[in-house]
Amino acid sequence: MAAINWGFAISRPRVIDVDHNNLRKSDEILLEMPELQSCIGCGACTASCTAGNLTQFNFRKVHTLVRRGEYQGAYEEMNKCMLCGKCRLLCPRGINTRGVVMLIKRKLGDF
Amino acid sequence: MRAKSWSDYQKDIADDRYYYARSCIRQNFFPGSEKAFLEILQRDLGKDIFDDPAHSSCTGIGYHSDVVPLETIMTVVARQFALMSEAGYENFVTSCITSFGIYTEILSTWEEFPETEERTRENLFKATGREFAKPKSLAHTSDVIFHFREEIAARAKRRLVDSMTGEPLKVVEHIGCHYAKIFPKSGIGGSEFPYVLAGMIESWGGECVDYPERRHCCGFGFRNYLVQANRGYSVANSQKKLESMAPYHPDFIVANCPGCSMFLDKWQYTIAEMNGRTYGANGYGIPVLTYEEMAGLVLGYDPWELGMQMHQVNVEPLLDRLGVEYDPSTKYLGRNGKFIGKPASAVVNCPSQEFIYDIKL
Repeated sequence: MAAINWGFAISRPRVIDVDHNNLRKSDEILLEMPELQSCIGCGACTASCTAGNLTQFNFRKVHTLVRRGEYQGAYEEMNKCMLCGKCRLLCPRGINTRGVVMLIKRKLGDF
Repeated sequence: MRAKSWSDYQKDIADDRYYYARSCIRQNFFPGSEKAFLEILQRDLGKDIFDDPAHSSCTGIGYHSDVVPLETIMTVVARQFALMSEAGYENFVTSCITSFGIYTEILSTWEEFPETEERTRENLFKATGREFAKPKSLAHTSDVIFHFREEIAARAKRRLVDSMTGEPLKVVEHIGCHYAKIFPKSGIGGSEFPYVLAGMIESWGGECVDYPERRHCCGFGFRNYLVQANRGYSVANSQKKLESMAPYHPDFIVANCPGCSMFLDKWQYTIAEMNGRTYGANGYGIPVLTYEEMAGLVLGYDPWELGMQMHQVNVEPLLDRLGVEYDPSTKYLGRNGKFIGKPASAVVNCPSQEFIYDIKL
């Protein structure tokens, strides 16, 4: 049977499906950096970010997505970080944010 | 929460003397359902229902697609009410969920903004010379079937159970969005716990499937569907529902909205062609019934008279489970034995139909 030209395709949902995402890397990251679980998502890191001031880099967004198993493009994004450490000074939970950047880059280098 | 909703969201449904308004979509895709509704009410229940050939479309599709302005649709609706008044009826029953939403919305608008009602009366009189009275009660046809569900159960020839094992069939009930999501007070059970189809299923021996996406929209939505490029969104919604219900192995889906019945049925074919995913036992699809078809089967109607040959997904496996006797050779024979044409075989349908239905060709 000839392929049907529908003129449309089934839209992919934009929801993050934590039930079906592979959380293995995310679990590994949280195991090595358990303090990341105490993040309250205040966004001080992103607000103070030097790289974020010059590019679209959004640290809070990337590490939140990574924790939910959305790894696509996370490594490339983290490469934009200059490791200046201002975010670490501001974090109300005292999370080693520079360490998070390095850890995500190490874990997700091949994604 | 449920108990509170249940007592809050009730509506009065008239017992007799209805004025019937048909649906545009259903007359094309489920032509037997509306006939079955009239027969159930007139023949089985002995009610007075007037099927008026003079009434028109409610133009709801045009309204929701921004083609028909609000003033125009109000005048069209006013004309339907005028026809009802002229025929001497007061209880308006509409077969379509979109129309039901439209009538509810317009009656509510007239209530909130009386000047719009005055203007509509003026427009209607200028255009047609008619005057109208607002209906005493407005109901959807599924409300009426729900209202008489126990009477139908008392006359039932069979129940919604597996004829071999006696176990209740697992039924997915799907309520059209415009039934109660716009005006929750207008539907039985409101928008959170609509009971209109669940009540029928329970009364007739079936078992409702409670699955995660039970209240999700089927994806029809006029804007989503009318533009071809947007249809991917429409089919994605149906797929989300079908994926969500699949692990519960439903025997069939019943819907009270013309669009939902059509799309949940026909998108199964589209999904099968697009990505090879099929649903239901053995991958032959999950049959989608209208509530009239379900009531008709319970009352012992012939499935081909109910128009069940018009479905995309074949209903024979379901009929076999219910123990319905049917003549396979007359499936595609319409009124007076005239051959109505046979669809090409599709991925989701039973392979055996090729052999069965070629008998009289």
